[in-house]
Amino acid sequence: MRLKTLVLSLSALFFAIAASAEDLKMAVTTSFANSGLAEILLPQIEADTGINVQLLIVGTGQALKLGEAGDVDAVLVHARAAEDAFVAAGNATHRREIMYNDFIIVGPSGDPAGAGAAHKATEALTAIATAKAPFVSRGDDSGTHKAELALWKAAGIVPAGAWYKAVGAGMGAALNTAAGLDAYILSDRASWLNFANKGDLVLIFEGDPALFNQYAYLPINPQKQPHVKAEAARKLEDWLTSDRARELIEGYKLDGQQLFTFNAVAQ
Amino acid sequence: MNDILKGLREAARLVASFDADLVEITARSLEVSLGATVVASAIGLPFGAWLAVNRFKMRRIVIALLNALMGLPPVVVGLIVYVLFSRAGPLGVFGLLFTPTVMVIAQVIIITPIIASISHQAIRELWADYHDLLISLNATRLQRIKALLWDGRRALLTASLAGFGRAIGEVGAIIIVGGNIDHATRVLTTAITLETGKGDFALALALGFVLIALAITVNLTLHMLTRTERESRW
Repeated sequence: MRLKTLVLSLSALFFAIAASAEDLKMAVTTSFANSGLAEILLPQIEADTGINVQLLIVGTGQALKLGEAGDVDAVLVHARAAEDAFVAAGNATHRREIMYNDFIIVGPSGDPAGAGAAHKATEALTAIATAKAPFVSRGDDSGTHKAELALWKAAGIVPAGAWYKAVGAGMGAALNTAAGLDAYILSDRASWLNFANKGDLVLIFEGDPALFNQYAYLPINPQKQPHVKAEAARKLEDWLTSDRARELIEGYKLDGQQLFTFNAVAQ
Repeated sequence: MNDILKGLREAARLVASFDADLVEITARSLEVSLGATVVASAIGLPFGAWLAVNRFKMRRIVIALLNALMGLPPVVVGLIVYVLFSRAGPLGVFGLLFTPTVMVIAQVIIITPIIASISHQAIRELWADYHDLLISLNATRLQRIKALLWDGRRALLTASLAGFGRAIGEVGAIIIVGGNIDHATRVLTTAITLETGKGDFALALALGFVLIALAITVNLTLHMLTRTERESRW
């Protein structure tokens, strides 16, 4: 009898501890995580809302897959077309824009393809393809990969051949490969500035509005996945779109450069 | 070369300063891999012994299969466990995905064949020596297995340590089922993958050196505790 009481009180204690800190699982893209912004936002989110956000750092394709299976409570990604399809399929209740950063083209300091002289992103890619200069592609169905493919399409080029290397890896690993091969690569600015193994690579091209990279928040639909923490996901959305988030996001700088621009609209 | 030196220096700094994050992920590495080794030993050692003392029709096929499973690709095991424990999968109701528990489960699957296979090999040789004695004592099957496991404990320790070695250095399965979540499922090997991705080779190498040191420490500790390889006892 005594043993039973002990077991009961111990398990009650265990559940009490488990309940006090609310965990919320959110799948985010590698580019968001590699930027270092998460380390600024997460402690503040926990302090303000009591939600302990656990990040699963994957490509956009896998992030949406995790959301579809109900293995995470929310998703923060950057691939407009895939996001709209995700909402249309009923996997998320809605899509809320949070902030944007931009993509840049990085390449060897000598710029053998002369891509730096281009005025538009598509011209820069055309120069690389014409010169058959080595180009590393993420090739992992991530948001960055999709943006790259869209740019090739806009340039009217089907990238193929020995110079085009799809590595099927995250941003950091792909940058490592590009540094090793002295190749061109499309990267988000944050990952590039945070990347420690730059080698001979430098920033070649930036500033075209076509390189705009919008992040959106997608809370998983509780009608489809009854176990998701919809209430916590809503609280997190409120926080991410608050003035507090604006201050932290726009105040985050690397090498004196602002990485993200907050553009959530109040509802 | 320069990176390796920087890595060594960084490792020394992290260990000397008792870095909180390092302590946390090292403890989790140990928790997951030792946990998996204990569970896999509890299954693999008796199974290996049972295989050694029993003669049945499919024995050869089972042994061949067991040996083949030693080379089970961790990334495939990870993917299968992931699909099983995903909310959309058959075991999804337990909500175990992205927890240390499911990391232990994946590693148990990877290392049980290794432990069972090595212990089977060791026990089989011992069984050849003990066969007549145990039969003449009219020992039951369970008693035979018990006697063999006890007298073969040093060789079985090697079997368990081989399993532990594979588990502690494994990344393919646990990064898929654990998700490499900071302060929840991050271990040494997945942290190394992450830091390599950030291009921070010095920190990645430092974590690697800590991992190697950890494996050596665990092996030495177990050998000391079980008093093997001492001068007076060969």
